[in-house]
Amino acid sequence: MSVDAATVRRIAHLARIAVADAEVSHLQSELNAMLAFVEQLSEVNVEGVEPMTSVMPMEMKKRADVVNDGEIADDIVKNAPATDNHFFLVPKVVE
Amino acid sequence: MTDLTSLTLAEARTGLANKTFTSLELTDAHLKAIAAARALNAFVLETPDQARTMARDADAKIVKGQGGPLAGIPLGIKDLFATKGVRTTACSKILDNFVPTYESTVTSQIWRDGAVMLGKLNNDEFAMGSSNETSCFGPVANPWRREGSNTTLVPGGSSGGSASAVAALLCMGATATDTGGSIRQPAAFTATVGMKPTYGRCSRWGIVAFASSLDQAGPIGRTVRDASILMRSMAGHDPKDTTSVDREVPDFEAAIGKSVKGMKIGLPKEYRLDGMPAEIEKLWSEGAAWLKAAGAELVEISLPHTKYALPAYYIVAPAEASSNLARYDGVRYGLRVPGRSIGELYEHTRGQGFGAEVRRRVMIGTYVLSAGYYDAYYLRAQKVRTLIKKDFEDCFAKGVTAILTPATPSAAFGIGEKGADPVEMYLNDIFTVTVNMAGLPGIAVPAGKDAQGLPLGLQLIGRPFDEETLFSLGEVIEQAAGRFTPPKWW
Repeated sequence: MSVDAATVRRIAHLARIAVADAEVSHLQSELNAMLAFVEQLSEVNVEGVEPMTSVMPMEMKKRADVVNDGEIADDIVKNAPATDNHFFLVPKVVE
Repeated sequence: MTDLTSLTLAEARTGLANKTFTSLELTDAHLKAIAAARALNAFVLETPDQARTMARDADAKIVKGQGGPLAGIPLGIKDLFATKGVRTTACSKILDNFVPTYESTVTSQIWRDGAVMLGKLNNDEFAMGSSNETSCFGPVANPWRREGSNTTLVPGGSSGGSASAVAALLCMGATATDTGGSIRQPAAFTATVGMKPTYGRCSRWGIVAFASSLDQAGPIGRTVRDASILMRSMAGHDPKDTTSVDREVPDFEAAIGKSVKGMKIGLPKEYRLDGMPAEIEKLWSEGAAWLKAAGAELVEISLPHTKYALPAYYIVAPAEASSNLARYDGVRYGLRVPGRSIGELYEHTRGQGFGAEVRRRVMIGTYVLSAGYYDAYYLRAQKVRTLIKKDFEDCFAKGVTAILTPATPSAAFGIGEKGADPVEMYLNDIFTVTVNMAGLPGIAVPAGKDAQGLPLGLQLIGRPFDEETLFSLGEVIEQAAGRFTPPKWW
């Protein structure tokens, strides 16, 4: 399988990455090189094989459903580029 | 007094315990070496004041007999580990001036054990790379050069800063991480020892995530023993990481010097690649001969799905990366590039914040997870992964104790020599990536030099949670091959 220029733009949008028009053809050839490389997987017989979901076989750990952290709003917003009174600021979303 | 930076971690530990020198003296010697080695670009942030404070604390504890297993030992930290109050960037522009308000579990454990932080080490952006050339802080130089040449070589990656700093004697050991070979390949390129433990052995909490089902932290050390000492402090169960395994941490150092007599060592025939350099072939045979001389039995084994590990990796790892890196949105932390709408803000921030390699992988990951392609790519790759793991399980079930392979298909290469074709760079990890796909432990140990005088390493792969056997076998190789130190040019 290979991707065309329109697909490259669609992927970039899905990934929320701005891509300049001039970069599309270069990205297209790089992505196609990667897709050509992984193409060899199609020759493996995976009939009846379970996909790996857990690297080490173990039961999912659970913890008690209790509050064990919090009251750290200052920490949470400390690295934010724009805040106001413990809120993150973003451009207007609703008119 | 001998130059304190030339000691191994184990020797320094003895010197500190015997009060031959203090941690402050040891730390100052390394800070001086770091300041004189800026040409290597191994450190992206030096923390000399913090280092001296930690060293004084360690000295006070050592005097009282309360020093931990790493008391007073100066270490470098890969910039992928969150360090409280100390800038952590994953060497990406998108993290900008991120200063964590928390400490990663692995680093908190090495501080608990008394270690001293010298600073943060360079790596490929988000650990995506095999040469440390994708870092937003620029490439790292390998302290090794070809004999009679001034060409600057890469230290490997992604833990290039860790490997370069340990090889150049700037720190006594370093933390590193390995998703497809990022501890073992740079260790092999710099004649240092790198251990990637079993998946789940070390907590991933507080380490910048790349591909969560493959990422594991581990040490890079000057010797096999040094790596074993660091490993004990880095490992251990952490309730904050659901994939961290609740299992006792053994005294890995006790495995050093243990007999390997009667161990069955597998040599996988699929690792004998067409066109493999004769030097790598020779190194591999030599390694086998050393283990045989130590009483191990060598057997040829087959890992039939080996050739599919790298392509499967280049689906699984980008898929997980595209998900993990969704958090960099210009809102909560890191770089923000303004836009008229929030959508534009996301796209501009991510467009400018991610480097070329990261962007490429996030896009491939997005594509293979997108509607209509999930089954053909991601699901198939995860099935192939099951087969890769089964190959190893079948060998271990037949009584194979560990597997010996070359660590890399070549010695270190020059900066800018590879990478025009991304796949060419990916082939660096051909011998190491299978281990991540199967979640197994692997160690790279220096074993010789090529005709140009560059170090080469061998890899040992072990059964799940049997890092101890790898340390025992690694020690045999180190004893036979000797240690390699680069001539100082920087």
